[in-house]
Amino acid sequence: MWSTVGGNCGSGCREWQAGRMRIVVCVKHVPELESARAFSEGRAVRSTEDGTLNEVDENAVEAALALGEGASEAEVIAVTVGPAPAVDAVRRALQMGADRGLHVIDDALVGADYAATTTALAAAVRSIGEVDAVVTGMAALDGLGAVVPSLLAAELGLPQMTVAHEVSSADGVVTIKRDVAGATETWRAPLPAVISVTDVANSPRLPKMKEILAARSKEVATVSLADLGLAAADVVSRTQVLEASRRPDRAGPELVTDDDGQGGRKLADYLISEGLI
Amino acid sequence: MATAVVYLDGDPREGVLEAVTLARQVGDVVAVAPAPLGSEAVQTLGRYGVTRLVHLETGGVAMDAPAAVGQALADAATQLDATAVLLTSTFGTKEIAAHTAHHLRAGLLVDVGDLRLHEGHLAGSKRAFGGTWDTSCAVTTDRGVATVRPNAVQAEPVQTPVDVVTGALTVTAQVPAGLELVSREVHDSDSARPPLAEAAIVVAAGRGTFGDFDPVHELADVLGAAVGTTRDCVDEGWLPHDAQVGQTGVTVAPRLYLGAGISGAPHHIGGMSASQTIVAVNIDAEAPLVEMADFAVVGDLASVLTDAAEAIREHRAQS
Ligand SMILES: Cc1cc2nc3c(=O)[nH]c(=O)nc-3n(C[C@H](O)[C@H](O)[C@H](O)COP(=O)(O)OP(=O)(O)OC[C@H]3O[C@@H](n4cnc5c(N)ncnc54)[C@H](O)[C@@H]3O)c2cc1C
Ligand SMILES: Cc1cc2nc3c(=O)[nH]c(=O)nc-3n(C[C@H](O)[C@H](O)[C@H](O)COP(=O)(O)OP(=O)(O)OC[C@H]3O[C@@H](n4cnc5c(N)ncnc54)[C@H](O)[C@@H]3O)c2cc1C
Repeated sequence: MWSTVGGNCGSGCREWQAGRMRIVVCVKHVPELESARAFSEGRAVRSTEDGTLNEVDENAVEAALALGEGASEAEVIAVTVGPAPAVDAVRRALQMGADRGLHVIDDALVGADYAATTTALAAAVRSIGEVDAVVTGMAALDGLGAVVPSLLAAELGLPQMTVAHEVSSADGVVTIKRDVAGATETWRAPLPAVISVTDVANSPRLPKMKEILAARSKEVATVSLADLGLAAADVVSRTQVLEASRRPDRAGPELVTDDDGQGGRKLADYLISEGLI
Repeated sequence: MATAVVYLDGDPREGVLEAVTLARQVGDVVAVAPAPLGSEAVQTLGRYGVTRLVHLETGGVAMDAPAAVGQALADAATQLDATAVLLTSTFGTKEIAAHTAHHLRAGLLVDVGDLRLHEGHLAGSKRAFGGTWDTSCAVTTDRGVATVRPNAVQAEPVQTPVDVVTGALTVTAQVPAGLELVSREVHDSDSARPPLAEAAIVVAAGRGTFGDFDPVHELADVLGAAVGTTRDCVDEGWLPHDAQVGQTGVTVAPRLYLGAGISGAPHHIGGMSASQTIVAVNIDAEAPLVEMADFAVVGDLASVLTDAAEAIREHRAQS
């Protein structure tokens, strides 16, 4: 991990030591896809029964564990920001092999937007001390913002290596590959860095019963904003929901079959009648 | 009058012109580009009501890292005293938008389909939860940043083209220490087809193709559409990851989305549910994508797509 050393790079210079690594992984608790997701008073409704770890965050946990495998000693810390049920996301990460958890919970964070969520996550990362990497999923399936990783990198002043479908590291340097807008990019940065991964970056391990039981005794610290040195004013949202309404259920399709071999022609007729040709 | 900055990373494409069209609801539109544009591009911007075009002078700092572009754009927005900074919604531009919002300490709205001012603050509407909810959000900060979903509106020229004032703007940009773009390989694209994220028509096909995308490409080309797919087909190696629509792929909201041989898993629907017209072709009348469609054909996609392409060609030949 990073340590402040003297020697030929001068005082204050940080040098990579292959020995120990500390990696933070951000895990979000999201409503189960099949559940009836809803807004109430401008906020997404959340509960334990129908919540789950954002699936691609399992890839983030796996990537964090893999990064640690190169070190002689590694500590992986799962962090979540969210109401009480969100601790389940941390528990899942602990079952997969994370060492300990940190759950930021505070009434002032109810309905937190990107900025407020990021401020809390960044403060949580700082509270951990020196960290070699912060790993996240590429997007949360409920908000689908895909912006928290970039915001976190900006807030922490770290290079970002986002939407990675391949991650490798050696000697304190991380290399990722990502596909964006018709091109494959390869980026490289020295640690510490913020890394976000896609669902094809790896195959998340399935915890066995033994690991599930062992995870129960792992420590999850519950902290408030005050514990992180933040005041409610630091996490005031910069956005507000003015209105949220359920869209009318779709009427159901106009259904035709191709049993008579006319399906393609009827499809063409529909497109023409809708002015789409 | 308020100023709305619209970011464009090259010649103005349809998505950018749509953002410009929406930006006119907010105020005077200033386009910001990383490099100077050609005269044709400048004239196009004028036809859509852009009054000013500035290109960013960064003193040689490369404009490839989202952090650097986002910071430069924030600096420009401050100098131009912009109320709104607008970008089209893609993975890359959302990252830029995040950095811009960070530097401006501004509220950020992602994937909005319209724009307006709400008590002087940038506001917009977006779909949520797989297209089942409509929400309207506003920033609470003086400046706001928003990414605009392509195809939400039709780009509309102004009545009288504007003479665009062009010039350079010196801005600060910094690449995070040690971050390096090692290589960038542009995929051999079917450049004849429009980019997936911005296409007005998307023909997507899934596992029901069993790997044969010929009928899919045939119909897509007749319609001038982009081709999309599901993760399963990417996993099979049938199409590249760029073509994946969904949570961990591209978000699309075209005028027409046609999904053939796609079941409609929530991960997929999350990336296409804001499409205007949804058509499904499936052998299973109860597939979720069929159930959410406006029009559906129950049948084998290979013959349905081929017959549809043929019928459209005939229709074109007659009219
Ligand atoms: C439908 C909907 C629309 C919204 N629109 C907006 C909007 O336009 N503007 C706005 O400011 N806010 C918006 N929000 C609020 C926003 O979703 C939350 O602030 C959320 O915590 C972060 O955004 P995301 O879910 O989009 O995350 P993403 O940026 O998609 O998340 C990427 C990764 O960041 C990490 N991460 C994200 N959130 C957390 C967390 N709470 N704890 C731990 N790790 C986390 C995870 O690793 C995740 O995989 C919206 C919320 C919903 C439900
Ligand atoms: C974390 C995570 C992220 C994911 N992200 C995405 C994503 O971004 N995008 C995505 O698409 N998926 C994603 N997935 C995968 C998703 O869950 C589904 O597995 C996938 O979308 C299914 O693809 P499909 O519809 O092609 O295949 P299937 O579900 O197998 O459906 C095939 C359909 O074809 C029909 N069919 C079969 N034969 C024919 C025929 N001859 N003619 C017409 N129809 C026929 C069948 O009736 C069926 O409905 C993700 C999964 C996870 C866990």
